[in-house]
Amino acid sequence: MNTTALENIKAAFPDATCKVVLGSVVLDVQPENIENTLSRLKNDAQFNCGLMLDVTAIDYLDYPEQKEARFFVVYTLRNWEDNLLIQVRTPVTDPDKGIPTATHLFGAALFGEREVYDQYGIHFQGHPDLRRILNHWQFEGHPLRKDYPIDKRQICYESDSLEKEIKARLAKKGVDESTMKDINTEVMFLNLGPSHPATHGAIRILTALDGETIIANVNEIGYLHRGFEKTSETLTYNQVIPLTDRLNYCSSMMNNIAYAKAVESWLGVEITERAQFMRVVLSEFYRVLDHLVCLAAALVDMGGLTNYWYLYNEKEAAYDLISRLTGARLTSSFTRIGGMYRDFYDGWKEDLEIQMKGIEKGVGDSLKLVETNRIVHDRTQDVCVLSGETALNYGLTGPTLRASGVAYDMRKDAPYYNYEAFDFDVPVGSKGDVYDRFMIRYEEIAQSLRIIRQALKHIPEGPVNIDNSQICLPPKHQVYNNIEGLSNHFKLIFEGVHAPAGEWYDGFEAANGELGFHFVSDGSGKPYKLKVRPPCFYIMGGFHKMVEGNMIADAVINLSCINIIGGELDR
Amino acid sequence: MALGLEASLGDTVVTTKLDEIINWGRQYSLWPFVYGTACCAIEFMSAAASQYDISRYGAEVVRFSPRQADLMLVCGTISYKQAVILKRIYEQMPHPKWVVAMGACASSGGIYDNYATVQGIDTIIPVDIYISGCPPRPEAVLDALIKIQDQIKGESLLQDRHQDFKGILD
Ligand code: SF4
Repeated sequence: MNTTALENIKAAFPDATCKVVLGSVVLDVQPENIENTLSRLKNDAQFNCGLMLDVTAIDYLDYPEQKEARFFVVYTLRNWEDNLLIQVRTPVTDPDKGIPTATHLFGAALFGEREVYDQYGIHFQGHPDLRRILNHWQFEGHPLRKDYPIDKRQICYESDSLEKEIKARLAKKGVDESTMKDINTEVMFLNLGPSHPATHGAIRILTALDGETIIANVNEIGYLHRGFEKTSETLTYNQVIPLTDRLNYCSSMMNNIAYAKAVESWLGVEITERAQFMRVVLSEFYRVLDHLVCLAAALVDMGGLTNYWYLYNEKEAAYDLISRLTGARLTSSFTRIGGMYRDFYDGWKEDLEIQMKGIEKGVGDSLKLVETNRIVHDRTQDVCVLSGETALNYGLTGPTLRASGVAYDMRKDAPYYNYEAFDFDVPVGSKGDVYDRFMIRYEEIAQSLRIIRQALKHIPEGPVNIDNSQICLPPKHQVYNNIEGLSNHFKLIFEGVHAPAGEWYDGFEAANGELGFHFVSDGSGKPYKLKVRPPCFYIMGGFHKMVEGNMIADAVINLSCINIIGGELDR
Repeated sequence: MALGLEASLGDTVVTTKLDEIINWGRQYSLWPFVYGTACCAIEFMSAAASQYDISRYGAEVVRFSPRQADLMLVCGTISYKQAVILKRIYEQMPHPKWVVAMGACASSGGIYDNYATVQGIDTIIPVDIYISGCPPRPEAVLDALIKIQDQIKGESLLQDRHQDFKGILD
């Protein structure tokens, strides 16, 4: 962010308090001005914040410092072209009355605000479909409120019918009760999931069909909601790392890295150069693995079972390297705040090269089956088209957004870990159809391998952890042989890394898009609040925009090519 | 030397107990229904893929319809929102049926000791075998399969194993 941008914002919103945190602008506005502020940030060409990244709330009940209200709602917006991140905060004095909604400005707010309502019980005036999203409908209370006990479990005896919601959606599409009942135009309801092979996890997709064409679609998520955010509040910063593995479990280490990076950015530590290179190599490697799994599963859905073996076997082979390096296959928990768990082992470069060759071969074999295959083309081209504008409006990021022709990639537009020094391309789609979403992943695999090869050439020698006993665990020989090492170790394990009080957001280009972490710290060793901005969540929020008007079989392949991962979607 | 009926019929006919012959058939043709919800399901994918190849144990016919399956593999975390569905699907499976809880989450809630997560699926449906690990390695899945096969060997047609089970949703 440059200073003129800040001046412009200050001039445009004289009533708001404005400060800069980690290069992003934080605006504090009153609820009556929130609509205006958001709309101006979106529509005014000098701000151009077309991407709403996340909506969340903060409960200051137990916070040491007194705030003007117990609850605050925070909208995180991004102007991706100028690398400008803006957070707009507003106090909520009465959660039942709430604040005005932003759904008419940003499609992303439809899902985002529902989550805030579900988790914090804050009402949004004018939200068209304000109901629970992650917790079940029989749930009482709001779990992320500080006075909700973490172990208060509530049983759900019956699943939600979604009848009201699909009828409302149908009404929006101009289908009323009489059309639905008329034998000639009768609507058929078809439900997929939550346990269905096409959903690759647990999502429920309810469609209203005219023949095979989807007229209306509503989706239910939250089946894998396992309380990541509430649990994190009880753990130290380093203890959260294993939990982040289980967000997007297809590329577990990427989440570790994104998380560690977010904490480090606030602590103001710069990790060693070798660790930076390690993180680049590993996150690109995991991006490849993530895409391999997505493509393997997606092609199975299309009937191309052979592709599964070509692609998945390469992922399986990669576990050799990963387990040698980390000791685990899937959930590796390999990063630490301030560096990595340990350095690469001897001979890793050769192993990695073998893996990359294998991947290239597998991808090549699979591409030969797909690239000029008439059936694949017919099934994917011009199917489930999503325009770049709608995609941005719904908060899509990552390959799915790029398939719609928007070239936003944090590695280029908000680079970290020296990404600006690497030579790679960002593939974008021309149509925004399923075909583009497929092909972009193939292309990204190639680009990631390119980055890894460059990094391998330039990776420097040196330590992988920073030399700071307040942040990194001391080496074992110090712990066992001198009192200072022992006490540092003890303090770090018991109290955790102390993050100064404050709030911040940090993003990372994960395999599915921008993975962000929003922290609130009260100065202790545990996060006061930790909110994940999962890329999948907002992609799923735009799902109906992709499938309505298409056929039911198209919805199935569309679901597989956007790579919805339950752990990250529902947290 | 053959005895009894077999002696008079020669070696074209084998006599055995009904239990044994049926159990033998059941053991080697388990059709799994994979109730995959989370990370553990990815390890199941590995168990099914070429390297570990679950078909060596006769259990490669993964069914996505509970009505065609007799082995339920619960791979992943079960939340309270999900529990109703799990139970419903379990009930849709015809007898006889076996359940494997794969991984720490399915067995006990795992690292998620909080408001959303069911602390072990055995509070919802009866479980035959538990696999430890987060996630368990594919070998452990195969091991569980062998254990189920062993268990089947000793079962009787006339017995309903989980008659008395009562979970939190019953
Ligand atoms: S046991 Fe571990 S790997 Fe398996 S679903 Fe639970 S968190 Fe994921």
